[in-house]
Amino acid sequence: MSLRIVVTVKYVPDATGDRHFAEDLTVDRDDVDGLLSELDEYAVEQALQIADEADDAEITVLTVGPEDAKDALRKALSMGADKAIHVEDDDLHGTDAIGTSLVLAKAIEKAGYDLVISGMASTDGTMGVLPALVAERLGVPQVTLLSEVSVADGVVKGRRDGDTASEQLEASLPAVVSVTDQSGEARYPSFKGIMAAKKKPVQSWDLEDLEIEADEVGLDGSWTTVDSATERPARTAGTIVKDEGEGGKQLAEFLVGQKFI
Amino acid sequence: MAEVLVYVDHVDGAVRKPTLELLTLARRIGDPVAVALGAGAANTAATLAEHGAVKVLTDEAAEYADYLVVPKVDALQAAVEAVSAAGSLAAVLVPSSAEAKEIAARLALRIGSGVITDAVDVEADDKGPVATQSVFAASYSTKTRVSKGTPVITVKPNSAPVEAAPAAGTVEALSVTFSAQATGTKVTGRTPRESTGRPELTEAAIVVSGGRGVNGSENFSIIEALADSLGAAVGASRAAVDAGWYPHTNQVGQTGKSVSPQLYIANGISGAIQHRAGMQTSKTIVAVNKDAEAPIFDLVDYGVVGDLFEVVPQLTEEIKTRKG
Ligand SMILES: Cc1cc2nc3c(=O)[nH]c(=O)nc-3n(C[C@H](O)[C@H](O)[C@H](O)COP(=O)(O)OP(=O)(O)OC[C@H]3O[C@@H](n4cnc5c(N)ncnc54)[C@H](O)[C@@H]3O)c2cc1C
Repeated sequence: MSLRIVVTVKYVPDATGDRHFAEDLTVDRDDVDGLLSELDEYAVEQALQIADEADDAEITVLTVGPEDAKDALRKALSMGADKAIHVEDDDLHGTDAIGTSLVLAKAIEKAGYDLVISGMASTDGTMGVLPALVAERLGVPQVTLLSEVSVADGVVKGRRDGDTASEQLEASLPAVVSVTDQSGEARYPSFKGIMAAKKKPVQSWDLEDLEIEADEVGLDGSWTTVDSATERPARTAGTIVKDEGEGGKQLAEFLVGQKFI
Repeated sequence: MAEVLVYVDHVDGAVRKPTLELLTLARRIGDPVAVALGAGAANTAATLAEHGAVKVLTDEAAEYADYLVVPKVDALQAAVEAVSAAGSLAAVLVPSSAEAKEIAARLALRIGSGVITDAVDVEADDKGPVATQSVFAASYSTKTRVSKGTPVITVKPNSAPVEAAPAAGTVEALSVTFSAQATGTKVTGRTPRESTGRPELTEAAIVVSGGRGVNGSENFSIIEALADSLGAAVGASRAAVDAGWYPHTNQVGQTGKSVSPQLYIANGISGAIQHRAGMQTSKTIVAVNKDAEAPIFDLVDYGVVGDLFEVVPQLTEEIKTRKG
């Protein structure tokens, strides 16, 4: 039977742009160019490699987000994924991580899956907890933050480099996996891949398709409330000296003045 | 007074510093009740009591080490239920390590509560605790509260001082029934990280980092020498890590560690947004870079435009001389 892989991806504002908040304290997605979160490219890459190893596999990329999020799906399709699902609904605006995990889990179940692969975190929200939440909702093993991953005979194995130790993990499919940016460089889409992506199917689902009520998601369904968002004052301009042979000593002088020495 | 659960991050009974910082924050909200799991859990009690834990709930089952994340979620859920049944639970505080964040999120979902991750401060308020977060590579600061259930908040290292506040620290066994999912992901091997003898990167008061400008793994000895003269931890940019010059565990930035020391010294690092995301909240920032236009200079309190191979060894010598 074919190995069904679902890769979750996020369309995020470009980190090198001037990211800010909208009036309702949600992330402003209008003024900054968006793109497929770079950290999700690693997930697509590992999915492609796992699919290569399997006799028969199909990769579906899944995103939850506004109209423009299709760009992220196209990029993943041009890297080599087979098809895409776009969950889009006006009521999703302002959904928090818990709500997003509900939408993802319902969509993953509807799509059918043996393996879910996600990036380690989004480059905008940076929470890094969605894979764990999705695993909790689906009731399947969580095999997350892997720097190395392989799948064979219905078992996923991988290496998780933690703060105090590096662990070898193992779980039976179905499972939810997330991969870090140490898992291996993501490929660039080829010209052929980009052309082929235009013909690949992209399905659109809304909340009704997933049997989710509007009040379970969005700003109103959010279990957290942002009271305020303030721009950090720019750091006050510091002293900059050019090294004329005494730069190290001058720096030591500064550190003494600041009582670090 | 309401109680606050504090999840204890420890290695074989040795409590890691961020947990002690959590106790400081927890005392602002209520009486801290610590939860320590796995081998050595009971040995954490004395340290936790010294820093304000009124109770320490422990369970030393083997499952915590043998399986990933879920057994710990089961245990915290049992602790939440036990404390809620006996009195009132004001919040659950968890350190922002990769694993503890996953535990916190799953716990929140199970108990029907909102979760806030990577707080840099937590304050009491009559409508419940308010968390400060630093977002978009620390260019914004937000204040967030949980609007449903018992707030579950993960807190970054160096967000609060460690304070002595002796309390009873009564040890009680936590009774945990593991869920069906608990044994889903088996830990089949574990290689502890070798200790370098230097302070932990995320906990250090001073961090000295090297980037592409260091130009080779052998040259990192210059960075290490400066770090050692200051008793500092060593960090690296992703460029230096990707080049194989320094281990990934030392990477500072969005996909590495996030640090917030008193002093951060960046050497041969340009200051890309993803690097800044991991160090921008440092109190004092110093950089050595030969390019006067490098973006890192926008952040610094003191910068030297020069060759790090000249400036850094001179600085190290000067520090050694002054320290005698
Ligand atoms: C999704 C994503 C996540 C990322 N995560 C991280 C992360 O966690 N951490 C991170 O650091 N980066 C991260 N990056 C990479 C980041 O964008 C930069 O590429 C990286 O930080 C550059 O490292 P660098 O400053 O060492 O190298 P460069 O940008 O090449 O800068 C080297 C600097 O060294 C200076 N220099 C050279 N020689 C000398 C000398 N002899 N003396 C003094 N100065 C000298 C140069 O003037 C230059 O400014 C990420 C990128 C992406 C897309």
